[in-house]
Amino acid sequence: MIRDFVGLFADPLQFTFVQRALVVSVLVGIMCPVIGAYVVARGRAFMGDALAHSILPGMGVGLLVTGSALIIAVPAGVAIALLMGYISRRTGSREDTSIGIVFAGMFALGLVMLSSPLYINTFLRLRDRQAPDIEDLLIGEILGVNTGEMYISLALATLVLAGLYLFHRPLVYTTFDPVGAAVVGIRTRVVEYVLLALLALVIVIGIQAAGIVLVMAMLITPAATGFLLAKRFVHAMAIGAVIGVMSACVGMFLSFHANMPTGPIMALVATAAFGVAAVFKRNR
Amino acid sequence: MTSEPGIIVQDASVERGGHLALTGITFEVGPGTLMGILGPNGAGKSTLFDAIVGLLPIARGSLTVRGAERNGALAYVPQRDSINWHFPATVHDVVMMGRGNNIGWFRRAGKVDREMVRESLERVSMWDRRSSSVTRLSGGQRQRVFIARALAQEANIILMDEAFSGVDLAAQEDIVEVLRSLRDEGRIVIISTHNLTNIAERFDRILCINHHMCAYGPPKEAFTPEVLEEMYGSHGLEFAHHHADPHDHNEHRGHAHARDDDHGHKAPH
Repeated sequence: MIRDFVGLFADPLQFTFVQRALVVSVLVGIMCPVIGAYVVARGRAFMGDALAHSILPGMGVGLLVTGSALIIAVPAGVAIALLMGYISRRTGSREDTSIGIVFAGMFALGLVMLSSPLYINTFLRLRDRQAPDIEDLLIGEILGVNTGEMYISLALATLVLAGLYLFHRPLVYTTFDPVGAAVVGIRTRVVEYVLLALLALVIVIGIQAAGIVLVMAMLITPAATGFLLAKRFVHAMAIGAVIGVMSACVGMFLSFHANMPTGPIMALVATAAFGVAAVFKRNR
Repeated sequence: MTSEPGIIVQDASVERGGHLALTGITFEVGPGTLMGILGPNGAGKSTLFDAIVGLLPIARGSLTVRGAERNGALAYVPQRDSINWHFPATVHDVVMMGRGNNIGWFRRAGKVDREMVRESLERVSMWDRRSSSVTRLSGGQRQRVFIARALAQEANIILMDEAFSGVDLAAQEDIVEVLRSLRDEGRIVIISTHNLTNIAERFDRILCINHHMCAYGPPKEAFTPEVLEEMYGSHGLEFAHHHADPHDHNEHRGHAHARDDDHGHKAPH
């Protein structure tokens, strides 16, 4: 019985593609809630969702030109994040309106591009295989991560953690008290752009596991669970990371055994954890 | 403290959103002053604060702040609406934010920083509540935590925007008590408020504004019926009547100020 249970997790790990998927799952599980804590605290969930969807054209071009969705998605994601940050400061119309316009426009562009005969034919000729399935990009296909993508994810995660560590105090100050932060000489605009750029990097890592549509679940739900249970911000981050890793790994193994898409399972585990925490908090 | 704090404003006008929000402001404060900026809602009190702290430029005239060359020498306690109350932080966390400029980028908070936070919290009688979540504090307790943050950042000029809104009268007096002791150490403390309770006892100087300057000086001289009418219109006199007797605060509290029991919990925004 116990051996069966252990086998459930141990047996798949004989395969190197599962090992790679596990590494990326753990990275996604940690990184999404850690930066997601800022997204939740600053009320930028819509911005995160919009950013994820807007990366689709970048992923499509990346797959065509380099064979990996990741490489072009990194600069494209950062550029879109900075553009959205700029728009949200500059625009005359409401922020969510302008972000919504970029979101819908970029996502539609990606869908049209990926399903166009021109793309599909060029892809077949250039890469000598079938064009990517749009569904895999939308809901995640973690078992398809290659070695290069794993190393890129590791490098991006290291970069993001270093950035968050370096900017921790200004980020915390501007999130809690933006006016007070500006008065003590913190450059709130710079801090905002740094956060958005780091968020774009995390979304690119997360999309591999949870897909464009559900990376939101990894970004928001575990961090929100942390907020329910913790009194301090860093504790909320830590609780979020534990739940994130748990959700991502369960999603990955179920995806292997039951041949189900990764993103939705990760999202469901994270949502269940949130539900349990909410009930626990109410009854305490 | 590096140099003596001082604020000198001469015929200053401030623009906000393309409009002149404030014109003809002239005043001068030196060290050891507890000053009130009075005026109705929307009179330009926050605009003046933003100009003093450098978030808004002066359109005309001049505004000089002395003794605030170092980052942190000037502390700002914003209106409670501009604080993100969804952010999970303890009292201790908030006051530690005030040490940010001294800690530097790569270092963690050291013994000196923790000692400073402790001293600051003790001065506002909040050390016992250091592990409490700030969102669960009453209005008065929150204000005292922000005063402690200003102390932790070693500020010599402290500005508090609408310091008394959502704070009951007893808690207001506690805050004023703490601010007096800061003034006595040579700091400049400026409070903006639309609350006219006990102003003669509370402030050394008052600046009365309503888009323009109505009066400046010691409360007994500056706070005349004419100035009141200039600020609040004809019903200003009636309004003042309510505040003439400091014990008669219950009546106006009902409509002019949100009631906030210092022992109860205020729901976060």
